[in-house]
Amino acid sequence: MIEVLHLRKQFKVYERKERLRDAFSSFFFPKWKWVHALEDVSFHINPGEIIGYIGPNGAGKSTTLKIMSGILLPTSGTCKVMGMIPWKNRIEYVRQIGVVFGQRSQLWWDVPVLDSFLLLKEIYRIEEKRYKTSLSRLVDILQLQDLLPKPVRQLSLGQRIKCEIAASLLHQPSILFLDEPTIGLDAVAKIAIRKFIQRINDENKVTVILTTHDMHDIEALTNRVILIGKGRTLFDGNVSLLKEKYTTDHSIEEIIAQVYTEYEI
Amino acid sequence: MKYRQSYVRSYIAYFFLQIKQGLQYRTAAFAGAITQFCWGFMLLFIFQAFYQSNVQAQPISYTQIVQILWLQQAFLAFFVLWFRDNDIFTMILTGSIAYELCRPIHLYSFWFVKLISARLSSASLRSIPILLVAAFLPAPYSLNFPPTTEHFVYFFLTLFLGLILLVAISMFVYISTFYTYSAVGSMLLFAVFGEFFAGLIIPVPLMPLWLQKIVYALPFRYTCDVPFRIYAGHIGIPEAIVSIYIQLGWILFLVVLGRYFLQKSLQKVVVHGG
Repeated sequence: MIEVLHLRKQFKVYERKERLRDAFSSFFFPKWKWVHALEDVSFHINPGEIIGYIGPNGAGKSTTLKIMSGILLPTSGTCKVMGMIPWKNRIEYVRQIGVVFGQRSQLWWDVPVLDSFLLLKEIYRIEEKRYKTSLSRLVDILQLQDLLPKPVRQLSLGQRIKCEIAASLLHQPSILFLDEPTIGLDAVAKIAIRKFIQRINDENKVTVILTTHDMHDIEALTNRVILIGKGRTLFDGNVSLLKEKYTTDHSIEEIIAQVYTEYEI
Repeated sequence: MKYRQSYVRSYIAYFFLQIKQGLQYRTAAFAGAITQFCWGFMLLFIFQAFYQSNVQAQPISYTQIVQILWLQQAFLAFFVLWFRDNDIFTMILTGSIAYELCRPIHLYSFWFVKLISARLSSASLRSIPILLVAAFLPAPYSLNFPPTTEHFVYFFLTLFLGLILLVAISMFVYISTFYTYSAVGSMLLFAVFGEFFAGLIIPVPLMPLWLQKIVYALPFRYTCDVPFRIYAGHIGIPEAIVSIYIQLGWILFLVVLGRYFLQKSLQKVVVHGG
């Protein structure tokens, strides 16, 4: 379903100097260097899987997700999702995926949640009947009925994330990309989100790729993790394999920390 | 064709959502209307002093200037370049643009609709009180009807096209943010040049001839100078018809150019902030 091969992404970053004189000279002769967000990332994902995509801050998780969702162009390497190259035919492609960035909002801030949903219905050209069934199901599972008439700015973070996830699923995509969906949430909200992800994966066979720093997310949702660091794939496989490799009485959190230190990332 | 239609539907839905959002700012609109009203009066008196101290005949009458000034105050949101949409700037600067890019929409058209609806909702709240009060003022200061109904029709047409043209110009301000990382610079540059060449600081008929030639060669005066002078009866119907063609030409040119530049910038887009 998703095929990623030797993905590389560089950014040009301008260097800033502290001293005034250097700042002045860099105004005329700007110095820049390449920053490698991704060096060499490859993996293969089958339909219906839930993948935990993990790695320390700055490892390139979000960058990979943005390339897979058609937002960024990679410097080199290939990426095929459902037989399509995401950034080539962006508009047709994004119609079939759902994306949630936990730290940003896709809902319109000042209007009721339901208005945002109605607009998304038009944007994705969802038929009336399909929209109704889709919405009532999401409202039902995520318990959104009281939230729909409220403007987004009045929602708590947990409530907002629920609405964000609902918004990304209205058009019934077959792949869902979640970038740190549980960041900053309390225990109750986290568990609700996990249960929900589990359920849509079970019942709708939605393939889920999720980045997170919360290892409980991983334990609750998936067996397969892809670990990246310094822009490279370091581990791809079952969580239990990681556990076997290291002493088993440690929590998964500690194991991951150990892995990070071992790879010096 | 069917595809096109459904695109239009989503743009219309977006348009109404934006209008709904824009109409929430009633207090701001009220305050704006009062400011515009005072500002309008100040300009009226400045031009009155100018006309009374000059014995030689001016290329435009005081009554016509009064018409232009009131229309400028009422439809301010239609043609000022400093009227900015912070959503788009924040989107580019903080990286929320990521969400816009993972939706099945053409970004240029989507932003276009957003900008038009913002200006429309703002103007619709402000213009009515200003126009009403200005119409009931005593003689030299009052807003009158245009000379003929034809003038009125052409005023409306050119005003509407002027709005579209202005948004096409302002798109370049937003696109430039991809490169400059700051909204202030390009905003100021555009605002100062644009307003001068639109005749908002000195009315175009009062400019020296050589300057008028430059002004006529640029797109800015087709946003507000043309419709208001048609209303005031300073531009006749034949010239109004020619102006419409020029407006259409500029719109076409700037939209094509804007789409090209936006496409270019998106290819090297950097999504800021992780």
